Amino acid sequence: MRHSEPLLQIHELDARYGPIQALCQVSLFIDSGEIVTLIGANGAGKSTLLMSLFGDPRPAGGWIRYQGRDITGLPTHEIAKMGIAQAPEGRRIFAAMSVEENLLMGAIPVGMDRMDADLINVFELFPRLKERRNQRAGTLSGGEQQMLAIGRALMSRPRLLLLDEPSLGLAPLMVQRIFATIREIRDSGATIFLVEQNAHHALKLAQRGYVLVNGEIRLSGTGEELLADPEVRRAYLGGQG
Amino acid sequence: MPSTAASPATRGVRWNPVFRQAVLEATAAFALALLLLGPIVGLVLDGYEVKNELQRPLLIAAIIAVGRFLVTLAMHTPTGQAALERFNARRRQPGILVVSISENNRQRWWLLVIVALALSLPFLASKYWLTVLIQAMIYVLLGLGLNIVVGLAGLLDLGYVAFYAVGAYGLALGAQYLDLGFWSALPLAAMLAALFGGILGFPVLRMHGDYLAIVTLGFGEIIRLVLNNWLEFTGGPNGISAPPPQLFGLEFTRTAKDGGMSFHEYFQISYDPLHRFIFIYLALFLIVCLMVVVVTRLRDMPVGRAWEALREDEIACRALGINHVLVKLSAFMMGAMVGGIAGVFFATYQGFINPMSFNFFESALIVAIVVLGGLGSTTGVIVAALVLTVLPELLRAFADYRVFTFGVLMVSMMIWRPRGLIRPRRRAFEVKGLCP
Ligand SMILES: Nc1ncnc2c1ncn2[C@@H]1O[C@H](COP(=O)(O)OP(=O)(O)O)[C@@H](O)[C@H]1O
Ligand SMILES: [Mg+2]
Repeated sequence: MRHSEPLLQIHELDARYGPIQALCQVSLFIDSGEIVTLIGANGAGKSTLLMSLFGDPRPAGGWIRYQGRDITGLPTHEIAKMGIAQAPEGRRIFAAMSVEENLLMGAIPVGMDRMDADLINVFELFPRLKERRNQRAGTLSGGEQQMLAIGRALMSRPRLLLLDEPSLGLAPLMVQRIFATIREIRDSGATIFLVEQNAHHALKLAQRGYVLVNGEIRLSGTGEELLADPEVRRAYLGGQG
Repeated sequence: MPSTAASPATRGVRWNPVFRQAVLEATAAFALALLLLGPIVGLVLDGYEVKNELQRPLLIAAIIAVGRFLVTLAMHTPTGQAALERFNARRRQPGILVVSISENNRQRWWLLVIVALALSLPFLASKYWLTVLIQAMIYVLLGLGLNIVVGLAGLLDLGYVAFYAVGAYGLALGAQYLDLGFWSALPLAAMLAALFGGILGFPVLRMHGDYLAIVTLGFGEIIRLVLNNWLEFTGGPNGISAPPPQLFGLEFTRTAKDGGMSFHEYFQISYDPLHRFIFIYLALFLIVCLMVVVVTRLRDMPVGRAWEALREDEIACRALGINHVLVKLSAFMMGAMVGGIAGVFFATYQGFINPMSFNFFESALIVAIVVLGGLGSTTGVIVAALVLTVLPELLRAFADYRVFTFGVLMVSMMIWRPRGLIRPRRRAFEVKGLCP
């Protein structure tokens, strides 16, 4: 009953690091305007999936279509130009650079002409970053660094935003703020693919979710379905409730 | 721990704890200095004999001990305490300053003074100092070039001297085989060096840290060995002569080549070999200024920012979709080009070059300049280049202690200025439509 092609479609994707098969026959899709989450334990291959969307590692099999175009095996910078951006795992901000310079780096793939307007947008979303725009990024707190990583990704005006464990290592209050912001970003028109170990928050926020186990998609469904699923409850929600 | 000071005071003076600590520390310093200096300064090789001159280390160690004693005492006076506190406070500051543009503007007139001074220097200096200045300028240029690779892009290149050699030999060989003059060889040699930068850059795209350092080191040696052993083409260890510079076709020689005109004839002044050096200095100075402007501009452009981002975190760069191949290659090529230009000037100033001038020690010196300068700071690199080239000349009288001084300088740097002479600064931006 689907009348339009999804924004992103991954079909039987394989990825390997040398002899290690990190992803095996992964298929999923993301529609425009959705928040889709991918949950899975440490080492399940979540980050590998995000990075291989970006062509690094190059997919060993299967294909990826984005906006109706096959992007399998395109170089990373080409993919970034097409409106996919990523806040990588562990934030990876440029510590010695100022907050503002970090943000400007995010605009590089798409050119600098709309930079000032984009900077203002990001500062509206994260007033805290505006206060600290001339501070060295390495001196920010963990939560602020995560804001910076997300803000940096937003600077290229992505249609699809990939977030790799944005709640990692943050205090509960900060986690809530980050998740509220993710919703705000979605409401402003972006599509979000959220990778999380914090399954509870992620599944509550997302329309749909996938569960990755050892490089394979084990389960999929709406956020509520997965939240109610006994296997998910046992493995990812600490069996609460 | 030697504890001669622990013996009770013979005159019955109450041992002031500060005084006591000073004596203790002075004794320790004395022992340590004796231990270190004894074999180095005390044993002098004379012909085939080792002479024992222990009074020298004793004297130096005594001076050090007295110094230590006075310093410890001074540290306990209120003034000393305040100075210590100021010093420590400065060390605690974060390593990077963010400077607003208006603050930058205030430095403008300083810049003017420096430029005026630099332009008038050659007319005041003797020939000897002029050559020192030219050497210094060449190292400034080399430092600026390597700073792009090591300081900005964070790619440790230990074979930078290769590009310096390519530039120098580009001029010499171009003159010999293609009859190129100085000004036509300059851009060609620069481009040739950039090409070599690309050649080095490609195979090391995936390398980092130690591996990169080793490969670049090898590259530098390969270039030197080729220059040394390709006798028919380069003249090998015998070297090759390089043409002097020209000013709009006017030569800086006593008698011009057939059909040419020399500078002093044209202006009807008497011949003075200084003219050539003054001209080289001024041309070099212009190029250095140009380079400073170019690098400063580049740093505010995407490619320059990408260099620094690459130094900070390569994976983040890839995740942002920055084309890291392009970024790395451009850093290597840009740095190599500047090295090539420096080489051309070196060749024309020396008039004669051989592969000996391009050994690993040169590479190490240039890396030292960049590290001393603070990895990325243009001002720092310039200051460090001047210090490392002019200071040895000023200290000629202590030539024996040159390497020693160098070592002391490096160690002190690591203690007091671990981020280089000049703290790296970051520019603040002015964003249109953003109220602060
Ligand atoms: N650069 C790499 N080289 C080799 N193996 C890797 C690399 N990155 C990840 N892996 C392996 O791939 C698997 C998936 O890792 P990853 O995608 O980081 O998992 P997750 O993000 O779900 O924690 C793990 O077994 C990990 O050890
Ligand atoms: Mg991960």
